[in-house]
Amino acid sequence: MLRLALKMLYGDLAKYTMLVCGLSFCALLMTQQSSVFCGLLLWTTATVRNIRAPIWVADEKVEQVNEVVSLREIEVQRVRSIQGVKWAVPIFWSIQQARLPDGTFQGIQLTGLDSTSLVGQPSHMVAGTVEDLRLPNAVIVDQVAIEKFKKKGITLHLGSTFELNDKEARVVGICKTERSFLGQPYVYTTYSRALEYSPRQRKELSFILASPKDEFRASEVIAQINQLRGMRAFTEQDFAWRTIVWYFTNTGIPISFGIVVLLGVVVGIAIAGQTFYLFVHENLRFMAALKAMGAGMGTLTKMVFLQAFTVGFTGYGLGIGLASAFGTAVLKKGQPPFYMPWQILVFTGAVIVLICCLSAFVGLIKIARTEAAIVFK
Amino acid sequence: MSSTTNSFPAVETRGVVKSFGKGESMVHALKGVDFEARCGEMIMIVGPSGCGKTTLLSVLCGTLKQEAGSVTVFGESLQSMRSSELTAFRGRNIGFVFQQFNLIPTWTALENVSVPLLLAGASRRKAEEAASSLLHKVGIGEKTNTLPSQLSGGQQQRVAIARALVHNPRLIICDEPTAALDAASGRNVLQLLRETALQPERCVVVVTHDSRIFSFADRIAEMEDGRLKALHRPGEYKANYV
Repeated sequence: MLRLALKMLYGDLAKYTMLVCGLSFCALLMTQQSSVFCGLLLWTTATVRNIRAPIWVADEKVEQVNEVVSLREIEVQRVRSIQGVKWAVPIFWSIQQARLPDGTFQGIQLTGLDSTSLVGQPSHMVAGTVEDLRLPNAVIVDQVAIEKFKKKGITLHLGSTFELNDKEARVVGICKTERSFLGQPYVYTTYSRALEYSPRQRKELSFILASPKDEFRASEVIAQINQLRGMRAFTEQDFAWRTIVWYFTNTGIPISFGIVVLLGVVVGIAIAGQTFYLFVHENLRFMAALKAMGAGMGTLTKMVFLQAFTVGFTGYGLGIGLASAFGTAVLKKGQPPFYMPWQILVFTGAVIVLICCLSAFVGLIKIARTEAAIVFK
Repeated sequence: MSSTTNSFPAVETRGVVKSFGKGESMVHALKGVDFEARCGEMIMIVGPSGCGKTTLLSVLCGTLKQEAGSVTVFGESLQSMRSSELTAFRGRNIGFVFQQFNLIPTWTALENVSVPLLLAGASRRKAEEAASSLLHKVGIGEKTNTLPSQLSGGQQQRVAIARALVHNPRLIICDEPTAALDAASGRNVLQLLRETALQPERCVVVVTHDSRIFSFADRIAEMEDGRLKALHRPGEYKANYV
């Protein structure tokens, strides 16, 4: 009977197509928008993921990585003095304006690395070497800088120059970084040179990067650092999560994406529910005939659920397939943000299952309330 | 025509009452009907539109519950059965031929005919073998893989008859089986019903107001205004209604 139930479904090609299209659109909307949302939130943690360090130390008021409250340089020594700290280095991070040869400006995220250890260096170099940062006026730019400068008619390559705070910056390397929420390119240089490139401030140290000794756990060291007045330490993962939570709770991003995802659910329920109800309604006479011929509600329930879930899973497959194709296309381009963890697929699948159950249930109520005697009318 | 004198009662109703609607709009469809059909006979229930023929048919096959009175089919009381038991009972014992055929349009003739067996739990292969054999028996063996929409009305009704017989039920219920057919097709269908459906242990109940087929019946139960008015032999009865 289940095979025949599927034949009944496929036989009504118009409704089958409508159901699959409705659920595909619903799955696409939910998966694509949720993935863009996750990608956007992931972008907010780009600095943590580009500058890798086991422990991040910041001012005690700092809530997330894109918010810098500068520390005094002496704080590096205080962190180093803690028993469980293997090493601790300063890092400078701020947004600056790069002046291009044609006089136009481009915002950049200037990152100053400890010149001795180069801790926080880009993990993937496309051209040049990180060690060349020790050369005079040397900077390493990322692929975003190449794109942004290119849009302004300037092709950056090794040896190209631009100005930062009226000082020359010479490109000695090109790296690949994770794109950031702020959308500006990362420009790496040494800590001391980054201070020269930036306007003077009373406190200039953005963060301290540290690592625990082998015999200490990161949590123990963090607890020790948190004892120091005015500082707060996080593991890399914790800092990234705090950043995500901060954007989640302090911006309108979740609401705007949430509304679109909700619209996807509503559209799915409206199209799939209504079409499936119509499908059941049009076949009601035949269902009643099956009831008259001895089909129990158990058999009819299996048939209806199979029909609902067949369109559901087909729609789901097509929807996430389209979302994945979108993701593959945009990941090649680098934007808009896109990150599709398995949880999104589970969430979308669960919503589709819910829609299918709801549609099947409404149809089954109709069938259950229909007396087999209608076949004689 | 077969003899019914000593045969076992297939269907018995006693004082069956059924009404529809409420208050002033209430319609009393059956007003205490006593009816009996016996194994080995084809009995036709006739009468003018609205006299309660179809309601009686629905009650005696258990698709509609009566308000009062008793319905017994092959010795089993339908009113004492739960809904699921009634459905299973119909599946085992009753075959249906509907006025509008009710063949599922997206299934082939073979698939439509095999449904009662599939519902009874038979394997697909066995169900299709039996369905194919019966389609040959009703004269449309070459149409097994044809969709109902590609068949004529007479052919569709033959598929419906095959579907009603495939699981070898003891009671065949036919609701206006010739209403959607021309005269020749109607006669052929009734001839086929008599030849294939009518057996000593089986009863065929036909609701009709098509006087052209009265001659195929063993007995004719005439209904009027929700009551069984009289029982006739085919030659004795002439419809006096339009």
